[in-house]
Amino acid sequence: MKKDAIGDSLSRVDGRLKVTGGAKYSGEFKITGLTYGVLVPATITNGTITSIDTKAAERAPGVLKVITYLNATKVPGYQPDESKPASKGLKLFNDNKIHFNQQPIALVIADTFERATYAASLIKATYQKEPFKTNFHQNIDNSMVPQGGNYKDYIRGEADAYKNAPVKIEQAYLLPSEIHNPMELHVTTAFWNTDGKLTVFTKSQGVISSQKAFANAFKIEQSTVQINSRFVGGAFGSSLRTWPHEIAAAQAAKMLNRPVKLTLTREQMFTLVGYRPQTIQKMGIGATPDGQLVGITHESLSQSAVYEEFTERSVNVSRFLYASPNANTRYKVVPLHVGVPAPMRGPGEATGAFALECALDELAYALNMDPIALRLKNYADADPEKNLPWSSKYLKECYQKGADKIGWEKRSSKPGTNREGDWLVGYGIGCGAFGAYRNKAQAYIKLLADGSVNIKSATSDIGPGTGTSMVLIAADILKISAEKITFDLGDSSLPEAPTQGGSATVSSVGSAVHDVCIALKKKLNTLTGKPENNEDLDYAKILKQQNLPFIELTQGSEGTDEAKNYSMYSFSAHFVQVHVHALTGAWRIKKVVAVVDAGKIVNNKTASSQMIGGAVGGIGMAMTEEAIIDDRFGRLVNGNLADYHVPVNADIPQIEAIFINKPDMHTNPLGTKGIGEISLIGVAPAIANAVYNATGKRIRELPITPDKLI
Amino acid sequence: MPPDSDGVPNKTRRDFLKKSSFLTAAAFVPVTVVNAAVNQWDEKLASVFEKTSLHLEVNGLALNLSVEPRTTLLDLLREQLNLTGTKKGCDRGQCGACTVHADGMRINSCLSLAVTNEGKKITTIEGLSKGQELHPMQEAFIKHDGFQCGYCTPGQIMSAVALIKEGHAGSEMEIREYMSGNICRCGAYPNIVNAIQEVKTGGLS
Ligand code: FES
Ligand code: FES
Repeated sequence: MKKDAIGDSLSRVDGRLKVTGGAKYSGEFKITGLTYGVLVPATITNGTITSIDTKAAERAPGVLKVITYLNATKVPGYQPDESKPASKGLKLFNDNKIHFNQQPIALVIADTFERATYAASLIKATYQKEPFKTNFHQNIDNSMVPQGGNYKDYIRGEADAYKNAPVKIEQAYLLPSEIHNPMELHVTTAFWNTDGKLTVFTKSQGVISSQKAFANAFKIEQSTVQINSRFVGGAFGSSLRTWPHEIAAAQAAKMLNRPVKLTLTREQMFTLVGYRPQTIQKMGIGATPDGQLVGITHESLSQSAVYEEFTERSVNVSRFLYASPNANTRYKVVPLHVGVPAPMRGPGEATGAFALECALDELAYALNMDPIALRLKNYADADPEKNLPWSSKYLKECYQKGADKIGWEKRSSKPGTNREGDWLVGYGIGCGAFGAYRNKAQAYIKLLADGSVNIKSATSDIGPGTGTSMVLIAADILKISAEKITFDLGDSSLPEAPTQGGSATVSSVGSAVHDVCIALKKKLNTLTGKPENNEDLDYAKILKQQNLPFIELTQGSEGTDEAKNYSMYSFSAHFVQVHVHALTGAWRIKKVVAVVDAGKIVNNKTASSQMIGGAVGGIGMAMTEEAIIDDRFGRLVNGNLADYHVPVNADIPQIEAIFINKPDMHTNPLGTKGIGEISLIGVAPAIANAVYNATGKRIRELPITPDKLI
Repeated sequence: MPPDSDGVPNKTRRDFLKKSSFLTAAAFVPVTVVNAAVNQWDEKLASVFEKTSLHLEVNGLALNLSVEPRTTLLDLLREQLNLTGTKKGCDRGQCGACTVHADGMRINSCLSLAVTNEGKKITTIEGLSKGQELHPMQEAFIKHDGFQCGYCTPGQIMSAVALIKEGHAGSEMEIREYMSGNICRCGAYPNIVNAIQEVKTGGLS
């Protein structure tokens, strides 16, 4: 029998469904009596609604209900009670306050999408306008230390030690807001059963956390909420939390006593489901003339919302990536009248690595040193922040392999001197790290009479190919062909699993699948009186002999104390070759090599795709993406995919993903460390550094559009 | 709805119907219609009058439909015909997720009002395979892992099939250029290009 094993290249188990249109995403289920919800946006940026005229909309054909703060039934979880304060975040249709432009003021429900859309255009509101702040740069004087406890000042050794170093760089690096923009629009379909149970099909990275959020909002038992989210059309962090419009869909379904489907428009996706916030990062970095780091100072100011605080976790990476005796970091936020940001792929670390890795590149030129040599000189053999050994770290190998593959020896150490015809050629490196996390997870396994196996866990797949990896892990341990194994996910009634985020799904859920497979083998060995570790198992035969139709069991799995004894991170080095047109500033990314130390790689095929996808995201971050607000009105001016530029096929070269692929024996039984975030972290600085190498122009403000290069 | 000369948006259709009903009631409108207007039944009536007949062949199936003129081909496919393989990513012609073939040409179905396709043959992703046998492009997308979340995939595949027919798959650069109307936020572009090249060199009929 064919045996599939960890490290193979298995095609996606749901690939056929995805290429035939058979995969059903959250808005695609045929539900009897389905109605359509369309949100109406506020046209002011701060203030209160003074009147809202819904009459014309209510009389429009097919309209079933118009919901505003005036008639909405109260969401119980939005109301403060004595025992605890009301939940944080925006509470839709709960009061007449407007905190940001395009905040929904009404939800129109009709029997067709067209009718709901038309009726939504008939809603008229008047407002009491208040002054507002949307300009990040003009409001940095209002910055404040984040209230949340996780963002305290950090000092190792002496603060601002870089200032006394013989060679130093002191610069600010600017990032604009960047929008997740998964291709699937956020959509929620909700209905209440006669027994009071709530069923929701929604775009979710975590069905269990969604289940909890809906239960908390409506103050009902968690078990009475059913969340379905088997196929998710991308998310990148935008579906980590349950957004107010999702609750509104369930609220509307309750008021109408009919199923409601609420789909955001692409424009609404720019304001209602988070984004990577604008940041200003001030870096100070100093070294001795031979390149030994003296100190790193990293301060981040990031945009937040007036109604809910969000801190972009930018500075952490500067505390541990290099062996600097002195380091200090500081967070500040600038609350504005904008929708609240959210973690976006490589949250914080991608932002922080842009500042750190560009500053390091600038330092390398100031020292007249090769950027890789500078990194090697300050290589951290242990975690200088936690004072712990690394669980594993093969970043040196990443440098080596990446340099070989990109042709680093062709890089000119003098910027602007390598030319091919009209094109200036440059090479750059950018590195990154992301924590290797493992969370509690459970998995259920059922062995059937024909020897086939079904495994279930309430995890998600927003694109990485979770099910495929899980099948491969089970095939490896059970020593059967992947075709005999199915894996179910995206359903809150399955055994509990963590939200898909922080690159931890394979480490968490994969470990549970590993453990449940081992438990199954043990059980079978006990049944047949074989030694516990007997590997010679004919599954179908055992069931037949034992006269059992099937065997099932559920197993929980969680991390050990190893996390206290070791510092656990994935590491990456991205190498980029760019061409910049000497006259027009037009750029071409010619080559990307992504080398990653992410422990053991489970499925080479899908992992490579994830690395490539992360690099594409990084190219967008570096070169094209920028959400722009017109501060006269506080409204986004490019809230669509024609004006907000995500990379398209013509922007992207062949991208090579290289895995060190050495298992980390401390993280989890599989030895994995996670690749979802690390695939993007370090890409933008690698490009910016390559652009400098090509042109001699140091662009510290993303995106690097051609106008900045001429 | 366009604003009238005062810059005030036009009244609703019901108001219009009512006015016209009253104007003509005395002359030749049957009492039942006037009653309908007064009793607000007119919307149901109106919705019947507002629908247009439409003949389409979708995935080889001839359909006689009655649709509102403002319904896009995309919404007709997804919401009325339950062909949800064709995706909505923007509804503005900016992403390509909704790509289908109309008489063999690739179009953004979100930019095409259903009624403008009268008499046309529409092929969606559901109509690409022959029974259980996948189209070579579908096979190639699986083989080269030309997707992650899969949401842009039907549009990419429909575009890719048309691309080869158009003769725009001559080189890697040409493929990248002519596939740039199909956004993949998961960033599967290099794998998509590899899939198309394989089908191209393997000779797609
Ligand atoms: S949905 Fe038609 S182009 Fe985006
Ligand atoms: S596969 Fe997710 S958008 Fe293309």
